[in-house]
Amino acid sequence: MSPLLPASQRRQARIVIVGHVDHGKSTLIGRLLNDTGSLPDGKVEAVREMSRRRGMPFEWSFVMDALQAERDQGITIDTTQIHFKTERRPYVIIDAPGHTEFLKNMVTGASNADAALLVIDAGEGALEQSRRHAYLLHLLGVKQVAVIVNKMDMVDFSQARFDHVAAEIRAYLNGIGVAPGVILPISARHGDNIASRSENLSWYDGPTVIEALDGFLPAAPEDELPLRLPIQDVYKPDERRILAGRIETGRLRVGDTLHFAPNNRTAKVVSIEAWNAASAISAAAGQSVGITLDQRIFVERGHIASLPAERPIEAHRLTVRLFWLASKPLETGRAYTLKLATAEHRVTVEKIVEVVDIDDLGVSAADRVGRNEIANVVLHSRSLVAVDLAIDLPRTGRGVLLDGHDVVGGFIVTGADAVAERNLQRVEHAVSPDERALSNGHRGAVLWLTGLSGAGKSTLAMGLERTLFERGRQVYVLDGDGVRQGLNGDLGFSPADRSENIRRVAEAARLFAEAGMIVVTALISPTRQDRAKARAIGGDLFHEIHVKAELDVCEQRDPKGLYRRARAGEIPEFTGVSAPYEEPQAAELVVETGRLGIEEAVGELVGYAERVTGLKYPSDAVQGRGEGI
Amino acid sequence: MTDLDQLESQSVYILREAFNRIDRLAALWSIGKDSNVLLWLARKAFFGKVPFPVVQLDTGMELPEVYEFRDMVTRDWGLDLVIEQCPPESEMDPTLPPATRAAARKTEGLKNLLRREQYQGIMVGIRRDEQATRAKERVFSPRALDGAWDFKDQPAEFWDHYKTRFAEGTHVRIHPLLHWTELDIWRYSKREEIPIVPLYFAREGKRYRSLGEKNITFPVDSSAASIDEIISELEVTRTPERAGRSMDNETEDAFERLRSSGYM
Repeated sequence: MSPLLPASQRRQARIVIVGHVDHGKSTLIGRLLNDTGSLPDGKVEAVREMSRRRGMPFEWSFVMDALQAERDQGITIDTTQIHFKTERRPYVIIDAPGHTEFLKNMVTGASNADAALLVIDAGEGALEQSRRHAYLLHLLGVKQVAVIVNKMDMVDFSQARFDHVAAEIRAYLNGIGVAPGVILPISARHGDNIASRSENLSWYDGPTVIEALDGFLPAAPEDELPLRLPIQDVYKPDERRILAGRIETGRLRVGDTLHFAPNNRTAKVVSIEAWNAASAISAAAGQSVGITLDQRIFVERGHIASLPAERPIEAHRLTVRLFWLASKPLETGRAYTLKLATAEHRVTVEKIVEVVDIDDLGVSAADRVGRNEIANVVLHSRSLVAVDLAIDLPRTGRGVLLDGHDVVGGFIVTGADAVAERNLQRVEHAVSPDERALSNGHRGAVLWLTGLSGAGKSTLAMGLERTLFERGRQVYVLDGDGVRQGLNGDLGFSPADRSENIRRVAEAARLFAEAGMIVVTALISPTRQDRAKARAIGGDLFHEIHVKAELDVCEQRDPKGLYRRARAGEIPEFTGVSAPYEEPQAAELVVETGRLGIEEAVGELVGYAERVTGLKYPSDAVQGRGEGI
Repeated sequence: MTDLDQLESQSVYILREAFNRIDRLAALWSIGKDSNVLLWLARKAFFGKVPFPVVQLDTGMELPEVYEFRDMVTRDWGLDLVIEQCPPESEMDPTLPPATRAAARKTEGLKNLLRREQYQGIMVGIRRDEQATRAKERVFSPRALDGAWDFKDQPAEFWDHYKTRFAEGTHVRIHPLLHWTELDIWRYSKREEIPIVPLYFAREGKRYRSLGEKNITFPVDSSAASIDEIISELEVTRTPERAGRSMDNETEDAFERLRSSGYM
């Protein structure tokens, strides 16, 4: 038996037990409790009696399954935690359910564990769910893993079978960057290799389960990493103004200058406050503290304090490795709330880079991420996010996504596009075009749709507006009929008034585009001269798009009955009938609505709009930094 | 950091999350060893003053020492105490076994309080090691308006990201001590010199290990007459903590039934 650790290291170790359903997790725990003398008096007798009453054979797992429904179905539904101790130190054992439908509970159980036992049935080997659990452990940051090959009694304690299963799981774990501490054969039901060595497994000379547990190291202190103090709240109990939060990594001292991200303020630490305790001059990772500053700077929940030389990344765009929990899939363009440390940000899914195949670790392109899938995803936030890469600082490099009231996924950050220097182009406006573009995730533009009445301009404009909006873009349609009811209500349909109408729409569109929006106009704008004037007003922001359909097609459609009235002579100077339409000679895009269906046509427009308003970042080419987790 | 420092820090973190995220918040105080620690931690978290009301669900059946202790601590700690009188046993579900029915009075008292005061969050000093269904709890545990706990569909708790947003008509139980053990509570109470109801200390070979109403809670055999002796006793005992609580032991699922309909 391992000797008792010195009191200072005898901290409780948190061990999660994961694996496929029926591979024997609960049986193993029942056995561990029994064989270490940790069960309360009378517990085994009570469970035997309960089994007898129900006419079921006694199972060690019944010691664990607390809920009536769990005993009825013989499965673990929710994660549970059981305390026990070896001679070396106390443990809390977290039993995580193996069923796919309870993966959410497995994540909950595992996300604060120091180490894990991955249980695999010797006969069945590592099934998909075992692999998924292994991958999740890695994603959750559980670095110490021992693999337990259970039910060796069912394979005649065969060394060959054990070697096969061990090689298979070792290869998989290596593939995701995990080095298993030990792989050990047991029979939980019969107690082989749990607390004592088994004659049946005499060919095995590694540790027992208890020895493997005692071999796990306590979580490494994170004091030596860069300081991160996410602010939880600001209290004013009296004349003091106390910033409260938990130091996630690093340490701070009275007198240190702190930088607060992302609002970019600095101040000095005057005191570390405490109630009913001596005031300290320094504090370190893991401590929930309250500090006061020498200046009344604006700081609120969500801000992260660091030392000025070791600041977090500030970014609008993050590449994350995501585990999705919700039955409603994650899709490109959807908006969620991102929670990272104590900060919340509204984000949209800009791109699903790839979905990871849990079995062979291959990746494939996808436009949605289903429940319990793992994917690499690019998220865009309008507000600036203070963040670290998980590979550098796991605690401030990970977070969750919320949809409405619910946590729907967890992620680690593998890439972030740093905003290097801010406020560079603060010339005429307080906010520069680049800042707006970074915040919006795209540039502004004027998409000028021109074409015959009935060519489909308004239909396409509305379809474009809807799609871009759903993808998180700032977009607005300046419709010809709309502006004539307000802004241009004083104008008629004389050639001069039509020309003025176009000029005003072009000016308004440019203002919107400068404000960062994608503006879509839908006006016939029949003459090249008027469109040239609009282009001159819009400058680089202007894109001419010819919505093209043959006259007879438009006349057949005649959505507003205007052609019929024009042919009847009720409308003088009607474009295409009694007035000319001058086709663009060098439009940026031609969409042929006589040939394409509406959806195809909108698709072409959306593709064009995204191409010309998208931002160019290094991460467009490189799919995220930090290959390991 | 010692293990007690770590537990304290985590609980303070949870208390501060609750205080920041939940609008109308209160704490339940049974006046026992756990909820005393809970209030002590709140004083740590908020620098001396407990910044939310503290509710006693009173059945009128507590032992006299408990009421005495309550009044003393309320005064000394400056607590905003709310005493909620629980409805009588005659109004409880008659299909429940007798002691379970007596315990259900507190559930009903809590529901009345919630209806009247519209609290969105209730902090409770339960621990996972007390009882098997409590071991399944979340730190932030949402409840239906009638108090029901849907233990089959609990929110995910990724790292320290708790569920703090709720639909209308639900509230949340917050459990800042979920991860503590009975032994931790005593070691911490000793270290911090937190006042304790004297009923926990042995007199004439008996002491209360878990304190509840006098009609359904009984002292257990013990000679531990000081905190040090209690700590030594707990390091070796194999008697479950709630052995003196009748309602846990009446039927196989009595406590599970109580908890899924809203008991603490």
